[in-house]
Amino acid sequence: MANERIRGDMVEISEFPHLAVKYAVQGVPKTVINETHDFLGSQSETQVLRAIQESLGK
Amino acid sequence: MPLIKEHDKSQIAKLFEPILHDVRLVMFTQERECQFCEMTRQMTEEVAALSPRVRAEIHDFIAEADLARQYGIDKIPAIAVMGEADYRIRFYGIPAGYEFPALLEAVVDVGMRTPALPDPLLAEVQKIDQPVHLQVMVTPT
Repeated sequence: MANERIRGDMVEISEFPHLAVKYAVQGVPKTVINETHDFLGSQSETQVLRAIQESLGK
Repeated sequence: MPLIKEHDKSQIAKLFEPILHDVRLVMFTQERECQFCEMTRQMTEEVAALSPRVRAEIHDFIAEADLARQYGIDKIPAIAVMGEADYRIRFYGIPAGYEFPALLEAVVDVGMRTPALPDPLLAEVQKIDQPVHLQVMVTPT
């Protein structure tokens, strides 16, 4: 919402099991960033921002 | 049978009271509804009924494939939480359990047209100049 370049999906994987396989989800919540990076568990907003910046190579 | 309990309905209505702007819950299902599609549609309608500012718009994923594509929706059940602008917030699958409060928060944030982030963090987020797609994988709880 803060930046139109960012889109956020919540995916209930038991209804979309192929995505659980695709992203190798073994624990939840698992957040996938741009198909290339991910992190497990609930993280602070600052940690999420760091993970996004890291995925963009910043 | 309602999915949201009466007691919860009054709590949610209170949570929605400060909402200043219209919120659209754009929900995609299909004519022959899967079990979760039907429940998700019902939940969307029940949530929308709790505020005059919140409206449910139910669409058919098959018959309205162009609209689904326009909104970037590639699976159902899906709910897009929007104002006049599309803030690109999507819930795929039924937002039950821990995800239900996340849906309610999204409705309030969009209704206030204000992201719930502290200012320094917001400034950093606004600096991001490349596309970011966040997918949070969850299970029903």
